[in-house]
Amino acid sequence: MRKLLTTPEAITVVLLIIAFFVGIVESKYFLDPFYLLDQTAMNAEAGMLVLGMTLVIVCGEIDLSVASNLALSGCIVAKLIAAGLPAPVAILAGIVIGATLGGFNGLLVAYANLPSFLVSLGTWALYRGIAQALMGAESTMLPKSYSGIDAKFIPGTGIPIPLGILLILAAAIGLLLHRSVFGRWIFAIGSNDQAARYSAVPYQGVKLLVFIISGALAGGGGALMDSRLGVARYDLAQGMELTVITATVLGGASIYGGRGTIAGSVLALMLMVIISSGLGLANVPADYQLAIIGTILIVAVGLNAISKRFAAR
Amino acid sequence: LKNSRELRALILLIIVVVAAAIKSPRLLEAASINSILLWIPLLIVMAVGQMLVIVSRGIDVSIGSTLALSGLTVGFLFRANPQMSLVLGSAIGLGMGILAGFINGALIGWAKIPPIIATLGTLSAYRGLAFIIARGGQVYRNDVPNDLTQWSIQGPLKLGAVTVPWLLVIALVVIALAYLFTARMVTGRYIFAVGSNAEAAHMHGLHVSRLIVLTYTICGALAGLGGVLYLSRFGFLNPSSAGSGMELTVIAATVIGGCDVRGGSGSVAGVLIGCTLLGAINVALSVVGIASDWQLLVYGAVILVALGMDGLLTRRATA
Repeated sequence: MRKLLTTPEAITVVLLIIAFFVGIVESKYFLDPFYLLDQTAMNAEAGMLVLGMTLVIVCGEIDLSVASNLALSGCIVAKLIAAGLPAPVAILAGIVIGATLGGFNGLLVAYANLPSFLVSLGTWALYRGIAQALMGAESTMLPKSYSGIDAKFIPGTGIPIPLGILLILAAAIGLLLHRSVFGRWIFAIGSNDQAARYSAVPYQGVKLLVFIISGALAGGGGALMDSRLGVARYDLAQGMELTVITATVLGGASIYGGRGTIAGSVLALMLMVIISSGLGLANVPADYQLAIIGTILIVAVGLNAISKRFAAR
Repeated sequence: LKNSRELRALILLIIVVVAAAIKSPRLLEAASINSILLWIPLLIVMAVGQMLVIVSRGIDVSIGSTLALSGLTVGFLFRANPQMSLVLGSAIGLGMGILAGFINGALIGWAKIPPIIATLGTLSAYRGLAFIIARGGQVYRNDVPNDLTQWSIQGPLKLGAVTVPWLLVIALVVIALAYLFTARMVTGRYIFAVGSNAEAAHMHGLHVSRLIVLTYTICGALAGLGGVLYLSRFGFLNPSSAGSGMELTVIAATVIGGCDVRGGSGSVAGVLIGCTLLGAINVALSVVGIASDWQLLVYGAVILVALGMDGLLTRRATA
């Protein structure tokens, strides 16, 4: 029990429960399952980025370029569809483009031995810069047939399709990270890069693949966001990298690598969604939400550091 | 090796300037030089603080929010008391920055929260606080005293049609002080020791946590000063856009100027070159007639090129 309480996820779950009750007390609309599902579905793209970011951070790296990757992939998908390509082909192209952009980061990090913070800082500017050069100030509208995926539901349930996609991907990435040899390698590299290398873990390949998966998720997220918004612009998902990193760390992943879970990261994103939508219902202006989420991040990580110090005693 | 990094930035700067000047000689005209001289001071002031943090093996991504918070506070104070002296206004901006930076430093140095997490948190928190203070408003042109705006128009030195604005003078004073601090003062050297090897520095009897708090406080102070310079340069301040995303430009400038994010190395001269390079690129793009849409792309490419050159240089040094 004591061990359970000192896991990083425990603090997130406790905060989630508190936020949930505060939400119920503050507004009678809060418990409406449709409202909650809708709010969560609106953050499905952020959720997809969180899955990739968890892999990257557990591996001991960071990727600041994911939101730029999403924007560039999303813009290209929209252009392809506007050019008359069938939707499935365009979506596939988006995923491949995302994977390629992620792989470029991965190559520089794994094979050129450059720090991921700087590499992805460069591609953060580069990818969004390419999107901006491609689109200018214009926005590309998507046809009716492609847009509006968030208003469609998985047949027989009230679950919006974006949420369904996110849950399936979360299960898949969760299995990959926590139940496969590849996942053990990610943890090994994140805990001790050198030891992993001496234990014959193919660390360069693993790192490259982690960035490729993260990029592919961003590419898919771009296609999803196109459909949800019905329009693509170069400034899609601007600043989302910070939300995503915040959620991942809030969910207990260690920024130094070697620690983190898919469940924790997804729960933490849920927490952030519930807080911001709960505060919205309670008529707290969006301005305050920013300050509150920033404070929660610091408090959660601070509590973690303190609980670890106690556990070590 | 340290010198070669600065040399690399200088070479990039010369390549950019020569290439752009060949494409369009207008880059060397007074108007273009004036806009470069007006563009870089804010970046320099913020980058010097970031350099100290990076040398100590940290990172501060909250500086854009600190700029907004401090500039907004000072702007609103000027609205309430138009007669307030500029020195007092700058001191208040500096003070707000010191406070914000000290909180970052305390979270990182004493509470041992990883720098990227702590400053990501305060990035949101400070910007949120700026929104709360603004109450849906912003600092308007009429709020900013004329004398403050003059800092970016007038200057002590005129060479033909080229004016060196007071803004740049302030930035150069900051550069000079930072040079004295990092090259001539013991405390400044200690920051390099902490960044190279915190454990060894601790064994050596240095107060590592206290030095870390100091670097973030200085970085915050300079971001606070940046808020005042922002008011002078733009004449207004919007709490949502002011300084937003600037942290990445600033980090880019320091890294291009040769600071190593793995800590322990970086120089004031390099920062000056890095900032000038970004300023030259910014102005060169518009002079050469490339739409501003391409600016971000070029920044990204420059960061990656600088990194690539870095990788080649270190490989040759270790081989």
